[in-house]
Amino acid sequence: MIKDWVLEELTVDQKLEPMVKSPITKVQLAQYAGASGDFNPLHLDDGFAQKIGMDGVIAHGMLVMGFLGEYVMKIAGKEARVANFKMRFGKMTVPGDEIRCSGVVERTYEEDGKRCIALELTAEKVSGEVVGAGSAILQLT
Amino acid sequence: MDLDKSVIGLTSDEYVFEVESRHVGQFATAIGDDNPLYTDDRYAKESAYEGLVVPPTFPIAMNDGKVEMPVQLDHRRMLHGEQEFLYYKPIRIGDQLRCQIKVSDLYDKEGKSGKMQFLKLDTEMKDEAGELVCISRMNIVYRAAKN
Repeated sequence: MIKDWVLEELTVDQKLEPMVKSPITKVQLAQYAGASGDFNPLHLDDGFAQKIGMDGVIAHGMLVMGFLGEYVMKIAGKEARVANFKMRFGKMTVPGDEIRCSGVVERTYEEDGKRCIALELTAEKVSGEVVGAGSAILQLT
Repeated sequence: MDLDKSVIGLTSDEYVFEVESRHVGQFATAIGDDNPLYTDDRYAKESAYEGLVVPPTFPIAMNDGKVEMPVQLDHRRMLHGEQEFLYYKPIRIGDQLRCQIKVSDLYDKEGKSGKMQFLKLDTEMKDEAGELVCISRMNIVYRAAKN
């Protein structure tokens, strides 16, 4: 990801350079299950997933939020803290999907003497299918 | 069985969660998040966080796997619709945080497939001084029971 801007100089409606993740793998879902404690077989066992009508396992929604979190922290860099971060879960993602994270500056304002930047975030498949929408507030120090 | 408003305010037992370096490392690796703020002490000290922190979604992993939820829910009817984190203080490796899950809201909406309920579960995390560090807010869509 190329960071060709300075946080303090971001303006409303400015689009931020997207970040594209490597394709999701089944090994990654196992790693995420272990690290998060979410061992729902829907994410780990193809047989189980097929029994409830899926083609196979689906990714943890929180893994995709983790990608957006990685993106937000990259935008915040060394200069800002993240004060709030949220995401609405939309379409499912499956192994092989490549997720692109992108953001746009929604507004900038001052609060308690600190400059804040509100971002709107999108996670989508590289095909353009949106899988989640979110927002974050960065607080410059 | 549907939930009613009396569940609002119910809380789980409090549990203590210790933030361990290996756990944080595994969590960041699973995501593929290589931000030096989680691993490079010198880099992190010069940052707005003034020290190492954990990935922003790490609080979702801060369950001890044993605590009983404040309400009994049928997992087949649950859908994690939205997740929000409210950060008050940085979470550091070595922190021992006191956590408690609380039902903060419940409301109904008519959906295409009948009545749906929306449940807000807040996990509040406090430090040893009792100050709020983070709230992990889970918005759950609770679908109507099939007859």
